Amino acid sequence: MSGERPVDGPTLTNDPLGVGYREREESITLTPLERQIAEQRGTGVSQADTALAPETELLTLNIGPHHPATHGVLRLLTTLEGEVVREVKPLVGYVHTGIEKNCEDKSYWKVIPLIERMDYAGYYFNALAYCMAVEKLLGIEVPKRAQYLRVIHTELCRIHSHMLWLGTSALDLGAISMFWYCFRERDNVLDLFEMSSGQRMHTRYIQIGGVAEDVPPGFVEKALWFVRQMPSRVDQFADLLDNNEIFLQRMRGVGVCSQERLLELGVTGPLLRATGNPWDLRKAAPYSSYDDFDFQVPVGTTGDNYDRYRVRLAELYESCKIIEQALEGLTEGPWITDDRKVALPPRHELATSMEALIHHFKLVTEGIRVPAGEVYLPIESPRGELGCFVVSDGSSKPARVHMREPSFINLQALSDMVEGEYIADLIATLAMLDPILGGIDR
Amino acid sequence: MPDAVGLELIAGELRAEFGDDAVVGTSYHREQACVQVDPSKVIRVLGHLRARAEHPYPFLASLHGCDYLPEAPRLGIHYELLNMRTVDRLRVKVRLDVDYPQIESCVELFPSAEFQEREVFDMFGVVFTGHPDLRRILMPEDYEGYPQRRDFPLGGELVIFTHNEPASPGWYR
Repeated sequence: MSGERPVDGPTLTNDPLGVGYREREESITLTPLERQIAEQRGTGVSQADTALAPETELLTLNIGPHHPATHGVLRLLTTLEGEVVREVKPLVGYVHTGIEKNCEDKSYWKVIPLIERMDYAGYYFNALAYCMAVEKLLGIEVPKRAQYLRVIHTELCRIHSHMLWLGTSALDLGAISMFWYCFRERDNVLDLFEMSSGQRMHTRYIQIGGVAEDVPPGFVEKALWFVRQMPSRVDQFADLLDNNEIFLQRMRGVGVCSQERLLELGVTGPLLRATGNPWDLRKAAPYSSYDDFDFQVPVGTTGDNYDRYRVRLAELYESCKIIEQALEGLTEGPWITDDRKVALPPRHELATSMEALIHHFKLVTEGIRVPAGEVYLPIESPRGELGCFVVSDGSSKPARVHMREPSFINLQALSDMVEGEYIADLIATLAMLDPILGGIDR
Repeated sequence: MPDAVGLELIAGELRAEFGDDAVVGTSYHREQACVQVDPSKVIRVLGHLRARAEHPYPFLASLHGCDYLPEAPRLGIHYELLNMRTVDRLRVKVRLDVDYPQIESCVELFPSAEFQEREVFDMFGVVFTGHPDLRRILMPEDYEGYPQRRDFPLGGELVIFTHNEPASPGWYR
């Protein structure tokens, strides 16, 4: 930065050298003369000399834990040199609730509501990862209709999560109208969740062995209406943001981190795909019938904030495509496994079958008994690889439940992305990182 | 996933490379391969698996701890390795005794382990030597005990209200 800008503001009158404060702000380093003076005076740079060039002075600034731009209770200990970020230390743990510890004291299906509250924007994904891990331990098959219903709901949840991300990120960058538009679409998804399960958030819809209930009449039509109008909505969002100079300046070429470094840091999901690596577990290791659907994995080129934004927008179109195919291909049949040791018997059997009554009683009082073993099961959540590690000791309570939360791992890449950039871009990059603090702290 | 035969081949390779006592055992359960290695050699084993010429595992998907309470070496640490090209996963497992558990840190090999090793230290009290910044991450800094151990009581924490504050020594200063 040059000192050629006219000093039009007030100057600091008590400054010993009479340097206007505008000029001081714009000088990046000490001038050779100032440096000489400082060296002559001794090892330490005295107060008056540092005051000449405040931007060489490192300032430690605490952002959060209660700051609207941190998307939760995240605390960032930043070291600034002028406006440039030199170091960022994320401090987490403010919403640690000990969910993993609590899971060890609950029977297998009572864990599901707890585990949904980890990543509170992608609750279907948490439940799906956990249920699939337990199903793997049990060695049971999930009926086709349940698999399709799981796909429909997780993809709806991905839209929900991305809408939450887009709305709040645009809000961070000053575009408040995006927030209302995104939350309108998010509400449509929540209406669908309410229709299928009765709850809008933390629905506990996915059950070990299938889903808790079949979808009600009218759900398919409403969901089809939603996914058919959603792509035009995403077009509108893109139109609003892509012609916004303020938005583009804080997106393009900002927060770049190389693909090699991201892989070293264990980053997955849209952040990795933005650098051009098409790693998506739905394609790489299809689970829950994902190989039945025709969809593409969007990737970026440079891995800056704009690519991250673009990849997520493109994922919205792909999610709509998957949901539409799943709704159209939804077969008739059971929505939960008929293994009586795992799923409750249908209500009508209880009146006639003694065996069904016994199973019902054992399941409700004791829960599912799972054979001993340990399983790590990864799925693709909106933020990357969400892995659920479950250890069973053969009893009806899990011995250990651990979630590999993508937000927790991805947060480590923040300092690599923002160091050497402006503090205003730190906010934009953090928004594009899309951390969910409930997932980080668990 | 390497199949059961592939797992034995990997175990044999590790035995040939690092001595017979490097591999404690293998298990193939529910299509998931797991090789249990000696704690003193885990870093060399991970380094070898990460950079071997044929079929490497360069990505650490997850690192987590576990407490197998009734069993003899109580604590376990799991390294979930991944080869993205072949979509192949391998679990490397280490068992540690609960008294002064200590193991070398793998942050140099896999920088992604930094937060996760801090979490394992926080929850299980495993000390990772060579970790750049081993502090508690989720629990408060002055917290005592390792809450994810199975003998740590659930709900044993006293909730402090104004009236019982003096009656709970150590919880206020």
